[in-house]
Amino acid sequence: MSFYGLVDGTDASLKSYLGNLSGVDQVGAEARAAMLATRSIKTTSKRWAIDTAITMVDLTTLEGADTPGKVKALCTKAVRPDPTDSSVPSVGAVCVYNDMVSVARNHLDLIGGQHVPVAAVSTAFPSGRASMPVKIQDTQDAIDAGAAEIDMVIDRGAFLAGRYIDVFNEIVQIREVCGDKAHLKVIFETGELVTYDNVRKASFLAMAAGADFIKTSTGKVAPAATPPVVLVMLEAVRDFYEMTQVRIGVKPAGGIRNTKDAIKQLVLVNETVGPDWLNPKLFRIGASALLNDLLMQRMKMDDGYYTSPQYVTMD
Amino acid sequence: MTFEYAPAPESRAIVTIKPKYGHFIGGKFVAGSKHFPTINPATEEVLSQIALAGKADVDAAVKAARKAYANTWSKMSGKERGKYLYRIARIMQERAREFAVLETLDNGKPIRESRDTDIPLAAAHFFYHAGWADKLEYAGLGTSPKPLGVAGQIIPWNFPLLMLAWKVAPALAAGNTVVLKSAESTPLTALLFAEVCQQAELPAGVVNIVTGDGSTGALIVNHPGIDKIAFTGSTEVGKIIARAVAPTNKSVTLELGGKAANIVFDDAPIDETVEGIVNGIFFNQGHVCCAGSRLLLQENVAEEVLHKLKNRMEKIRVGDPMDKNTDVGAINSKEQLAKIIELAAVGDSEGAERWSPACTLPSKGFWFAPTIFTGVTQAHRIAREEIFGPVLSVLTFRTPAEAIEKANNTPFGLSAGIWSEKGSRTLWASQQLRAGVIWANTFNKFDPTSPFGGYKESGWGREGGRHGLSAYLKGVSHE
Repeated sequence: MSFYGLVDGTDASLKSYLGNLSGVDQVGAEARAAMLATRSIKTTSKRWAIDTAITMVDLTTLEGADTPGKVKALCTKAVRPDPTDSSVPSVGAVCVYNDMVSVARNHLDLIGGQHVPVAAVSTAFPSGRASMPVKIQDTQDAIDAGAAEIDMVIDRGAFLAGRYIDVFNEIVQIREVCGDKAHLKVIFETGELVTYDNVRKASFLAMAAGADFIKTSTGKVAPAATPPVVLVMLEAVRDFYEMTQVRIGVKPAGGIRNTKDAIKQLVLVNETVGPDWLNPKLFRIGASALLNDLLMQRMKMDDGYYTSPQYVTMD
Repeated sequence: MTFEYAPAPESRAIVTIKPKYGHFIGGKFVAGSKHFPTINPATEEVLSQIALAGKADVDAAVKAARKAYANTWSKMSGKERGKYLYRIARIMQERAREFAVLETLDNGKPIRESRDTDIPLAAAHFFYHAGWADKLEYAGLGTSPKPLGVAGQIIPWNFPLLMLAWKVAPALAAGNTVVLKSAESTPLTALLFAEVCQQAELPAGVVNIVTGDGSTGALIVNHPGIDKIAFTGSTEVGKIIARAVAPTNKSVTLELGGKAANIVFDDAPIDETVEGIVNGIFFNQGHVCCAGSRLLLQENVAEEVLHKLKNRMEKIRVGDPMDKNTDVGAINSKEQLAKIIELAAVGDSEGAERWSPACTLPSKGFWFAPTIFTGVTQAHRIAREEIFGPVLSVLTFRTPAEAIEKANNTPFGLSAGIWSEKGSRTLWASQQLRAGVIWANTFNKFDPTSPFGGYKESGWGREGGRHGLSAYLKGVSHE
């Protein structure tokens, strides 16, 4: 693999590549994100943002209690989020555990949701604590079952111990398993990497190793997709594009529960990487509760008043 | 479709602007004789007619202040004075939206800045100094520091209410009374502040506000009944004031111009540095005495930083100051715009390379696009003179020592910025820089606890913090 000519696969070249990154000033990054959070998005732009956000939602259920029934219900919602309004677009993808991929894929195909991809969380999600053969098999299983997107977790232990090359090699191997069958999203679990310097480093590491998307979190650890973390990742993606002319996607996940939060994310995208990234091919939002708030805000804009939650479907 | 932000204008319905204003003297609004218009620089709409204070008005204001000083304020316990200051601070917070809207209409600055910076900081200055009022003997300024008497205060148009707060809050906390003159082009928030004084039932004459132009300022500076002059404005006027008070007993503090170096070392956190550069020069349209108007880039990162800076500048939203999404508003006056245009033209003729992002400027009002000049050297006028507008001069350096030498090679010394991830370098550089305020990995941050003021032609004395308080007390040594 060429790794965009940025590294040659050796520890030394990876260290030199990551060592050349400029640092992130915590206060400054948080101040910039806070300033962008003051953007006031109203009327036509709010309506556009809500519909765009719906198309970006990776509608997710990642529970031990998931059943085929629950997953099928989620798929139905993903294809037609509002059964009473056909102008509401489908979401970006359905995101489930490995063993639910075939259930989701089959049900989506059955109900006319061929256009909605299934994303599977992989590589011993959420902790990433398993041997490499297990992680590879985990990924292969998901792809065989029909997953078009693989959301892998990195080994945070290796990252924090400074064994960047191990993290890099894991991503490279999972990338190979994905081949051209599945898009690869790499989850950092930024709540465990903690510092923005680490987030920036992980972003560049994952992009060079072949990630199609970089993703903040599993949703199992807080804090997750905070605006400054997403800002730092968007800056990394922007810089990587300038270096390689390759556009890498970003997926914040965890903690984005309402329309206001989602619109803040879109503002971050718009003013950091620009409008090219404002589509589901390059920006996704991992969420479950968010979709209903987007639907309710959409109804409010159409009808002029807030509806009861009973007017949107629970799943 | 792209993500266009629909207009999000702040409502001006919250403020009532009277067609004509008088002065605030002895606790009452008194009619003026001559008037001049104050306009909204974003639209050139006349907002109101403002009284031009002459000798009789200034005399009356000084007399009211003297009476209040002698009979009420200097006799009141610090604890009681503190209560009034707290009350003023709270009312300012309660009426923050009115202040913000009025400031933006009169000054042209974006509502986001007046709402999030100017007004909260102004209230914070009153809160901070309210706390000092009953603790002056513990401020390390001697066992029983005493007020000076009547302070004559002259403030600029760039941060009208905030500069009022910087002047009035410490003066009152220390037990002085004041005669304050607001800037010619931005009197409205000072007049609303006068209403707040009434609402807080501040004893009559403790705060007197006169409006006018430079001639009114001169009357205050030369008034024999005034004990202290506090001025914020241009170095040119500051020198006139220094000469005028030299043969008198008046104390004086001067906050004057600047030409701050914003120094970027090659180990800087680049993205945040770019934000800091933008904030350093385009905050408040560059109408900031401590603006980071000279960018010093280490040569080995200059290209990268400039590239990112230009990309970032493409995102700056210039336009209607009342729109909540506006980043850069209107230039405050026709005169100031002419000065900026003139100095930018000098930059062109001296061979510096001008660049601005594509942006459509409104047809009415006073506007100047965010601009950078590259290829600037120490010998260029735009590297030496204060432009006081959204114009950045970019210079480069090779070594840390050269950076310091260039940064200090200016008649000014108000502020400086250092961008580096290396703590030892930051500490070393801050020791070498001759500037009153030095920011590390940030810029244009203000706090009432932090003294602000300049070296050299940037002024005398400090405002804010314990140092600022000492400028309103006697029996203590001044720096």
